[in-house]
Amino acid sequence: MAKRIDVSDLDIYYGNFKAVEGVNISIEPRSITALIGPSGCGKSTFLRSLNRMHEVVPGARIEGKVVIDGQDLYGSDVDPVDVRRQIGMVFQRPNPFPTMSIYDNVVAGVRLNSTKLKRAALDELVERSLRAANLWTEVKDRLDRPGAGLSGGQQQRLCIARAIAVEPEVLLMDEPCSALDPISTLAIEDLMTQLKERFTIVIVTHNMQQAARVSEFTGFFNLAGVGQPGRLVEFNPTEKIFSNPDQKSTEDYISGRFG
Amino acid sequence: MSTSTSPAPATTSAGPLGSISQHRRLPRFGAAGIFAVGAAAGIMLSAVTGFALVLAAIYAVVLGTAGLHVGSRLLEGRRTAADRLVTALVRIAFALAMVPLVWLVWTVVSKGTARLDGAFFNQSMFGIANEGGGAYHAIMGTLIITAVTAVISVPVGLLTAIYLVEYGHGKLPKAINLLVDVMTGIPSIVAGLFAYALFSLFFGPGVRLGIAGAVALSVLMTPVVVRSAEEVFKLVPNELREASYALGVPKWRTIVKVVIPTAIAGLGTGITLAIARVIGETAPLLVTVGITAVTNLDPFNGRIATLPVFAYYQLTRPGVPPEFAVDRAWTAAFILIILVMALNVVARLISRFFAPKTGR
Repeated sequence: MAKRIDVSDLDIYYGNFKAVEGVNISIEPRSITALIGPSGCGKSTFLRSLNRMHEVVPGARIEGKVVIDGQDLYGSDVDPVDVRRQIGMVFQRPNPFPTMSIYDNVVAGVRLNSTKLKRAALDELVERSLRAANLWTEVKDRLDRPGAGLSGGQQQRLCIARAIAVEPEVLLMDEPCSALDPISTLAIEDLMTQLKERFTIVIVTHNMQQAARVSEFTGFFNLAGVGQPGRLVEFNPTEKIFSNPDQKSTEDYISGRFG
Repeated sequence: MSTSTSPAPATTSAGPLGSISQHRRLPRFGAAGIFAVGAAAGIMLSAVTGFALVLAAIYAVVLGTAGLHVGSRLLEGRRTAADRLVTALVRIAFALAMVPLVWLVWTVVSKGTARLDGAFFNQSMFGIANEGGGAYHAIMGTLIITAVTAVISVPVGLLTAIYLVEYGHGKLPKAINLLVDVMTGIPSIVAGLFAYALFSLFFGPGVRLGIAGAVALSVLMTPVVVRSAEEVFKLVPNELREASYALGVPKWRTIVKVVIPTAIAGLGTGITLAIARVIGETAPLLVTVGITAVTNLDPFNGRIATLPVFAYYQLTRPGVPPEFAVDRAWTAAFILIILVMALNVVARLISRFFAPKTGR
């Protein structure tokens, strides 16, 4: 079910402002691809363009192509809602639905899409998703309690369970650990390495150790200068990026000699 | 008045923070004592000049505040004295603001309880010349017309707010916002004349219909619902909408299943307060529904009595002798106040019970 993503000549705009320019990247299925780079260089913007969440912002648009297993995501006959069903997303801040219980949060994607499932099938889906998100043992006795009552790390794993419950092909993660403590971060990193057996994972992170620990491939984004669009400077296997990068600016950024 | 805290722990000048000067504070109730002395002096002063209650209160408050300020200045220093003066001024301002409210409630309660009997709640004014009678027809009329108003205003207002927050881009929402602001400021009699003119077109001049009153009240209530619902929808975090979109949920379903349930407490509160805002409107109902002595529960057929208009006519056309009608007017006013207070309590309960629970 994991799929390959090919991006060619992608320019991303907010109104007239070009935020990201000329991205060419090929993301491998069943792998973790990390995107690193300084703040404001367009990593998150690029990530959001992969499941058409970018255009939720008024005036935002893209030029170029995003192809997932041969299908153009931005084709004129493609419904963005269908795209998002195939490409799930986990956000920086945990955002469980505050009106719903833990159980309802997990099945929210299924229920809100008005898919009718029997109670037993729902129960099974909840257990499977929560087990996959390493949260089942912690919450199995209080599934009817509000999701907002969990700790930050548990909430983020609940959000991951919610994202994988709709069985997406690809999972996008936008700094999923930046609001979490090291122990919760470790739990989520372990989870990612398990999930990559089934999903294609793209993660944006500011934590270079995290990129080095979990990812197979790493892309480095950078700004050419203030007010200029961000670019994908280098995209290589993680080992190469962190040991012998092709570009000088990548090496500067990774070794901390970055302005 | 102001209570002083217990004396700060004495700090020696050689403490780690350097020299912190010791600061004398008035003992507990000391400030209140000084104020009482000043106030007593003021009351005596007013007694010398010829006692009058309002004048005595003014003298007492002014002299008490001045005495507290001077005393605090002498004993505690300049900064604390300024603090006590401003604290006293703020409390006086609060007391002044409470005077009309307490006075009004006291007047209505003391005069309204005279006819607070069973007959008032289950009799109409049919065949009543002076003594007896009740406001059953007016209470039911107010409830019916307000309910019809809510049925008209709430969907229109909610959908407008949803459009403004979730869908509107560009010039149209700005124009709608301006119109809503203008509507908020429309005098209620203008809304009444509008509804009267509108229904006169179809039913001829002199038309009196409950639905016409409901339309007039809707003109007043809709902008209130729009504004409060808009504020509440804006409070729903964008992250929740994005979380829903990212699960492949269409926008309209996101609004129905995520945004509205998250905002339901605020929506309920806002709608209830909007109802409380129009339930006591008199002028628009005066020109659109008029008054009647009999019980009419059909808003599409003829005049309906309502509580505010009932109170108005009982007071202005009391008959002979007038005291029975005046008593009925006060009791009607009392019931109106109770209705508004009850709606406020309901609003608070709604916001408490529907608020998202954290379960901690």
